[in-house]
Amino acid sequence: MDISINGAYIYFTIPIFGGINVTQTTLSLLIVTIILCVAGVLLGRNLKTHPGKLQVLVEKGVEMLRGLVTSSMGEHNACWTPYIGTIFLSSICGSLIGMTGFLRSTTADLSVVLTWAIMTTAIIWYNNIRHMGVLKWLKGFTEPVFIMTPMNLISEIAQPISMAFRHFGNVFGGSIITAIVYTALSLLSSLLLNLVSGTVIIPIVIVLLGVGIILYQKFKKKKQIGVFKGILLGIFIAFGACGILEATGLLSGIPILSLGIPALLSVYFDLFSGFVQAFVFSLLSMIYIGQACPPPETAVETK
Amino acid sequence: MDVSAAEALAVGLRAIGAGLCMGLGAIGPGVGEGNAVGKALEGMARQPESASTLRTNMILGCGITETTGIYSLIIAFLILFAMG
Repeated sequence: MDISINGAYIYFTIPIFGGINVTQTTLSLLIVTIILCVAGVLLGRNLKTHPGKLQVLVEKGVEMLRGLVTSSMGEHNACWTPYIGTIFLSSICGSLIGMTGFLRSTTADLSVVLTWAIMTTAIIWYNNIRHMGVLKWLKGFTEPVFIMTPMNLISEIAQPISMAFRHFGNVFGGSIITAIVYTALSLLSSLLLNLVSGTVIIPIVIVLLGVGIILYQKFKKKKQIGVFKGILLGIFIAFGACGILEATGLLSGIPILSLGIPALLSVYFDLFSGFVQAFVFSLLSMIYIGQACPPPETAVETK
Repeated sequence: MDVSAAEALAVGLRAIGAGLCMGLGAIGPGVGEGNAVGKALEGMARQPESASTLRTNMILGCGITETTGIYSLIIAFLILFAMG
């Protein structure tokens, strides 16, 4: 059993600043960036007062994003909508681009999500310092008592790390679990094929049985075969055909079982989990930044 | 103990460690997410009109609760694949 779990493959290294690696993640991230830029330019131009269908859709999306930001950060923080939207869309597109099969998910690389988390932390620190001043900000670490300072420092550092690892671990773990299930299914299918491919007769019998059932259903009962039953019979016949190929030695080790089942896993791990993690990441960014940017009147009071 | 036996023992111990790490680490998020979803469902049943906000916040809370489980998953992968 060989499951290879690798990081992003390094294509080549640019020999400046001690060597910048151009990896699979760099390529996918560039493609995501280009897609988002092109989509932004195409969707954002030719705006009309009497909008068409597409413009209504885009406006609805932007309004939803803006509503999310203002409801969780307050009306005075609506200026952060582009930042949150960028992170949200990059994360979703970065997770979904792994479903193309030949590009690697950008969020399955710790560097990418850690960069986003550090960006968010930098914004939080900048705004804290801007609103409170350096001394008061530093003094905030010693509260409530002075002994708590190391704890406060650790929790401040742990915040971006936890944000990054949550997102990275979900996407990366999902891809690894999919790979493991894929390998297990191909092992199982080769095991099953070995069972039937001792002689050529058994797989031929299987194929004839499947075709026979279909013909019987079609001509005797005069009615359509249900979708589910049809798929099962199709798999049955395909299994028999693979058995024939295996027994005659034309093709061996066809992973018949790993045809449809990993798609279900992919729906959960890539679609659902990717969406939820993008949402969680941007919502946490919103909450943290919203805490660092209090409403204007209280900001005046603290001065 | 000769070298190959020691290596086999190391592989076995790594597998045990990864299994323990993942299994024990999954308890906390499991209980926590169960609590969160249960309470959210209670709230939804009591006030069906607030179901959409509750659902959003529930998914967010589940995502955050999952974090410790994800940590142990990463540690388990590190033990299995990176400590070779």
